[in-house]
Amino acid sequence: MGMILNEEQTLLQDSAREFFKEKAPVTALRALRDEKDATGYSKNLWKSMVDMGWPGIIVPEAYGGLDFGFQGLTIVLEQSGQGLTASPLVSTVLLGASTLVLGGSEAQKETLLPQIVSGDLTMTLAIDEGAHFNPAGIALEATAAGAGFVLTGQKTLVLDGHVADKIIVAARTSGSAGDRGGITLFVVDGNAVGVSREKLAMLDSRNAALVTLSNVKVDADAVVGEIDGGFCILGQVLDRAAIGLAAEMLGSMSEVFDFTLEYLKERTQFGQLIGSFQSLQHRAAIMFSELEMARSVVMEAASAVDEGSAQVSQLASLAKSIVNETANLVTREGVQMHGGIGMTDEHDMGLYIKRSRVAERTFGSAAYHHDRYASLNGY
Amino acid sequence: MSDLEAFRGETRAWLEENCPPTMRTPMTSEDETVWGGRREKYTNPEAKLWLDRMGGKGWTAPNWPKEYGGGGLSKEEAKVLGQELGRIGARPALASFGLWMLGPVLLEYATEEQKQRFLPQIVRGEIRWCQGYSEPGAGSDLAGLQTRAVLDGDEWVINGQKVWTSFADMADCIFCLVRTDTSTKHEGISFLLIDMDQSGVTTKPIKLISGSSPFCETFLDDAKTPKDNLIGRENGGWEIAKKLLMHERTNISSGGFGGGGRMTPIEAVAKEYLGEVDGRIGDAVLRDKIVAHKMRERAFGLTVKRSQAEAKAGEVSPASSIIKYIAAEMNKSRLEMLFEVMGLQTLGWEGDYFSDFGLGTTRGMLRSKANSIEGGTSEINLNVVAKRVLGLRDHQ
Ligand SMILES: Cc1cc2nc3c(=O)[nH]c(=O)nc-3n(C[C@H](O)[C@H](O)[C@H](O)COP(=O)(O)OP(=O)(O)OC[C@H]3O[C@@H](n4cnc5c(N)ncnc54)[C@H](O)[C@@H]3O)c2cc1C
Repeated sequence: MGMILNEEQTLLQDSAREFFKEKAPVTALRALRDEKDATGYSKNLWKSMVDMGWPGIIVPEAYGGLDFGFQGLTIVLEQSGQGLTASPLVSTVLLGASTLVLGGSEAQKETLLPQIVSGDLTMTLAIDEGAHFNPAGIALEATAAGAGFVLTGQKTLVLDGHVADKIIVAARTSGSAGDRGGITLFVVDGNAVGVSREKLAMLDSRNAALVTLSNVKVDADAVVGEIDGGFCILGQVLDRAAIGLAAEMLGSMSEVFDFTLEYLKERTQFGQLIGSFQSLQHRAAIMFSELEMARSVVMEAASAVDEGSAQVSQLASLAKSIVNETANLVTREGVQMHGGIGMTDEHDMGLYIKRSRVAERTFGSAAYHHDRYASLNGY
Repeated sequence: MSDLEAFRGETRAWLEENCPPTMRTPMTSEDETVWGGRREKYTNPEAKLWLDRMGGKGWTAPNWPKEYGGGGLSKEEAKVLGQELGRIGARPALASFGLWMLGPVLLEYATEEQKQRFLPQIVRGEIRWCQGYSEPGAGSDLAGLQTRAVLDGDEWVINGQKVWTSFADMADCIFCLVRTDTSTKHEGISFLLIDMDQSGVTTKPIKLISGSSPFCETFLDDAKTPKDNLIGRENGGWEIAKKLLMHERTNISSGGFGGGGRMTPIEAVAKEYLGEVDGRIGDAVLRDKIVAHKMRERAFGLTVKRSQAEAKAGEVSPASSIIKYIAAEMNKSRLEMLFEVMGLQTLGWEGDYFSDFGLGTTRGMLRSKANSIEGGTSEINLNVVAKRVLGLRDHQ
């Protein structure tokens, strides 16, 4: 199915909605921001999420997970988007666990996945190096040395990179930037000698770090998948990342739409509710239509992952691009329809527009995914 | 084997035997559409055969009840039938306002006797219906309609004028909104069925900007219809009228649009007319426009699929306005894009210098402008979404 949630998925959605409403409303992100929290997320909250079993949602039962399916993860991500919840769900689960499940060796899965499930291990994936998302353009150098490798270079926008226990680094072992071949994935300890990490003060108050590696030594068993063949795994992980983030964005955008619609029904000008002005009514109706389309593509893409469909890459680009455009529209219209109050730091609208702009750029902009979709289809 | 798979097997076998060869090829022009009715010419005898077989089985109306001639299929079975028809590329046996608009409201509002009288004829394509809603003074503000119906003994006598009546000159009967009470607006409207084969009804075709004349002015001068051709209550027609519009909007969006060229792969046309660079559409700006459009089209298709999955069989809601709005705007932009991509070829009106494809695209582009007018304008559909889906209010 996929276009309609089944009973178990609906229960998951309900409990996730309740959970985030109660434990992580948008005031939680505001507090992290105002207190300039060094971790950037609440470890207590993460512990509660671990208790819900969510880190194991895509992990096979053999490694202690729930094996609930990828669509389940997108359901939780969507609900976490409602209140802009900061947590390692994207870094550790969507990126880290996905990479291990898709490409990890048996030994890597056996040691790392149970620790993710139990909340003892946080992970992330380091991809970006330049100004724009371009996974084939990876240049960070990894050279063979003895039985292992030495890594040198810099990664940016590494989600939770300043605190993650382990970082999967996409590095170049042969070829040159732009080649899909020659990329290898390495699991690097966050505290390894030669790793320096700096939390970046991001627009959206969420976690991203600059990670610099100078002569970081790793053993041969740190390699995830094949040497030089990392792009194949990376591609699949990034498809899931795009779909998962699109789900989170959908949750945030539904929230913006809901509180904007509320405002249209309560704010009075000229002796009328502003929601009775047709120019606003039509724009609200258009936003709603766009959100419906966004929801359809996210659901289709998420269920395609579970079905092992050959369409996953196309649908990932479709979902991320449509959601990016919708998020951009909904935040622009949201801030406009609130008038002056929406421009104040005190109002939540600002937090949502800031998060949206960062998320729109993460794992590929609309332009990136248009081009990718066109290439995949031979246009 | 599940019941559904057994049904699939039987359906496949039946179609294999009963769908004539020429009904398994794509239509080459809209003229090949079979609308049925007393005046249908059936230039291809296999089209008649196909209609008779499908109509006889009730599969032109798969989920209508069997007692009214329908197929009596469940939602799942109807979906399987659709898939199997698609698999062999079967043409629709019947295109019909009766199937798309009138039938669904008869099922909901008509008396048992009326259902028996009208529904089986629709299923078998024996009667062609047209829609008498709009009037010169009542378009978007449909409830402002003035066509008057007065009961005279056992008959209603109708006077007034309808306009934009699609295919009125080819139809046998008209479902008509009429005023039966002039003292109120919405509560003074009734829903009447009228046979057009009488001197009181005349039609006059109107030519469109695309050059064709698919619709008419319809004049009702002392037109008559039996008393029991009133559907629902006297003065209770507005509710039926709105429900029918939801069916119309749902249907229009799932493929019933005028404009043609639906199947044309715009990306292939673009490569032909703009050239290729490294296997890509040669013009980077148009390539991006085309891709963006293709992506929206896919997102829209998934949205239709989702709303069908959510709805019970045959059920409609004001949310049909969302689908109608997006579909209309998207079809218009698709044809504008095709028009642009083909360059000089679409700048002609007629003559040998221009290809049939180019001329067809031009006329299709012009015809598609009506997509956001027919069945309720885009603005009206956005009003419906704002008010009935989002709960926004009118000025007080
Ligand atoms: C190809 C075609 C086929 C048709 N077939 C049929 C048919 O078979 N049977 C039938 O009965 N009718 C048919 N119609 C008529 C169609 O339903 C009407 O044209 C339509 O409802 C608009 O009415 P109107 O033409 O009077 O335009 P108007 O209502 O005068 O509209 C003019 C403009 O004003 C806008 N407008 C009007 N009211 C509002 C409002 N409240 N808020 C914002 N904007 C508003 C409209 O959106 C439009 O842009 C057909 C029309 C076309 C083009």
